[in-house]
Amino acid sequence: MNSISLNGGQKLAIKYFSVAVALFVAQILFGLLSGIQYLAPGFLHGVLDFNITRTVHINAMVVWLLYGFIGSVYWLLEEESQTEISGLWLGNAAFWVLTSAVAVVVVVFLLVQTGPGDDFTRWFVNEGREYIEAPRWADIGIVVCLSIFLYNVAATFNKGRWSGIAGVLTLDLVALAGIYLAGMFYTTNISVDQYWWWWVIHLWVEATWEVLVGCIMAWGLMKTLKVDRKIVTTWLYIEVALMFGSGILGLGHHYFWIGTPEYWLSIGGFFSALEPVPLVAMVVHAVYDSGVRHMKSSNNPAFAWLIAHAFGNFFGAGVWGFMHTLPQINLYTHGTQWSASHGHLAFFGAYATIVIAMFYIAAQYARGKQQLGDDLPDRGWKWKWALGLLNLGVVGMTVALLISGYEQSFIERAQEGSTWYGYFAAQVHPWFIQGMEWRMVFGSVTAIGIVLLVWDLFTIGKQKAIKVKAGIVQT
Amino acid sequence: MTNVVFWWSSESFWKKTAIWVTAFMFIVLIVLTLDSLPKISVGSEHVPAYSVINHRIGYEFDKTRNIQAPVIGPEAPLFGKKLSEKDAEALVTHGKKVIQGRNCMGCHTLLGNGSYFAPDLTKSWLDPGWGSEGIREELMLDFLLNPTDNARSFGSDRTMPNLHLTEREAKAVIAYLKWMSSIDTNGFPYNFPVIEQEALQ
Repeated sequence: MNSISLNGGQKLAIKYFSVAVALFVAQILFGLLSGIQYLAPGFLHGVLDFNITRTVHINAMVVWLLYGFIGSVYWLLEEESQTEISGLWLGNAAFWVLTSAVAVVVVVFLLVQTGPGDDFTRWFVNEGREYIEAPRWADIGIVVCLSIFLYNVAATFNKGRWSGIAGVLTLDLVALAGIYLAGMFYTTNISVDQYWWWWVIHLWVEATWEVLVGCIMAWGLMKTLKVDRKIVTTWLYIEVALMFGSGILGLGHHYFWIGTPEYWLSIGGFFSALEPVPLVAMVVHAVYDSGVRHMKSSNNPAFAWLIAHAFGNFFGAGVWGFMHTLPQINLYTHGTQWSASHGHLAFFGAYATIVIAMFYIAAQYARGKQQLGDDLPDRGWKWKWALGLLNLGVVGMTVALLISGYEQSFIERAQEGSTWYGYFAAQVHPWFIQGMEWRMVFGSVTAIGIVLLVWDLFTIGKQKAIKVKAGIVQT
Repeated sequence: MTNVVFWWSSESFWKKTAIWVTAFMFIVLIVLTLDSLPKISVGSEHVPAYSVINHRIGYEFDKTRNIQAPVIGPEAPLFGKKLSEKDAEALVTHGKKVIQGRNCMGCHTLLGNGSYFAPDLTKSWLDPGWGSEGIREELMLDFLLNPTDNARSFGSDRTMPNLHLTEREAKAVIAYLKWMSSIDTNGFPYNFPVIEQEALQ
């Protein structure tokens, strides 16, 4: 890969993106295993049980998205601050420390899996709390590495130039790193445990991550469509106001049933119902700017994934979240496949898409700042098919899981009152199983999509870059 | 095209709005958290003390709230052994650590949160599937010690893998589940039929 023209931050970003792609593949692989276990419960039973495959599936996702975000910020840091990164060597060291830690955690998850009910297990094997299963030592490592990242970002902007995007980004990263601490303690009281656990999960995914991708989107639109800085910055502030205005107290929709006071039903219901509003603003913004620029982009795949992000975020996080956020409905849908359906479309639509857009921006520049427009040698069939298959696959899984979720809500929850018998009565019902079969079909479509995506990311622009070097075509 | 920028569409207006809205919402969240935490501490109205495992627990319809709520009945010590507050806390704590250490949330949900591959455990202590009060503890213990052979999957092929719990660990898990069933979850799960047991009053 010709990376001579890249700045220090961008070279570090390529490292982060490379690990992110590998973990994305791992996420899909373990997702397929988990999906098979729904249909064939004996599959890997006692060897690699569902609790392990699912843990790796969701943790690989959280970590690859985080790598994608960190990489994206390093990618834009020098351009946005107009100076060289402060303490880049420290950032590089943090990358290797973090990556080694992730590798050790995954190996321990796969080989040791679980441990006795003592503090050692929680510190060194598995914390056993969904999404933040990583043992405590790894938590500390993550905080140290995030602090170094934060230092790189803040010190660089401080040395160079503070822009609107820079300010929002830095404050958001402070919040993101700080909130992680809320999940780093032990308590026997599950109500208090889940109260703070949701600070990490919700305030990351439904607040700080959203603002972070808002920053990346603002920068991405300037980059791919050459939209005015003033316009994207104003939109970014509007999004921050709406996002934090609804999302911070929207946290309350996780406080309906964990032992918390009843007033959370009203607060959580009201504010989380407003959460789609900023996502509408993002769609309007992206579509309006695209129209104004007549869709003329210097990087078609990145631009397409940015648009996929705008709509995916709105439908996945916004619509699918809204559908079951009111307590009157959530009483029946909480903890069913509804959540899985929402989770698939939201994480993909809101986050995977925009990180993939950044992968393409990186590929474009790493191969000599060329245009990735309509004139790609193979007409860009790989990125187009990857885009189509990945979106079709995830949307298909989302609908399939929703059907299973509906069935579960009616039979297990409403009819049978959530007993163990009710749970299994719903799980063995043909409607539920059909949903799971279709999920497997569309999961496989997603898997084909990712093979194409990885192939494309490794090859896109390469032929053209060679021709440019030989003086056959101009950039 | 003129370059008039209205105050409501200016960058500076939205910058200030973003800052004020975020700060305000965050302060409200802090205030609500300070109010909520004492209300969910152990020994509060919603979250009973760990020694509740010495009592019979019910889940009955509350007419004023129009939902089911936990009811704490007369003494019915777990495994016939009444525990002091301190011992009860130690046992329940051990149970929670086993539940985290074996990654139970990787398949089950607790208070509805976790994975959806196995039944919710919120009120599993009260589940009618355990037959009756008299045999419940024994069945739960047998199940946890050998879940594959004592599968309770009601016609499904999905069985819990053997997580090799010791008897001490299994009893601690049961204590934890009993304590958790006494938490007031605002009526979740809805319309739950409780196991046959003696009167609560």
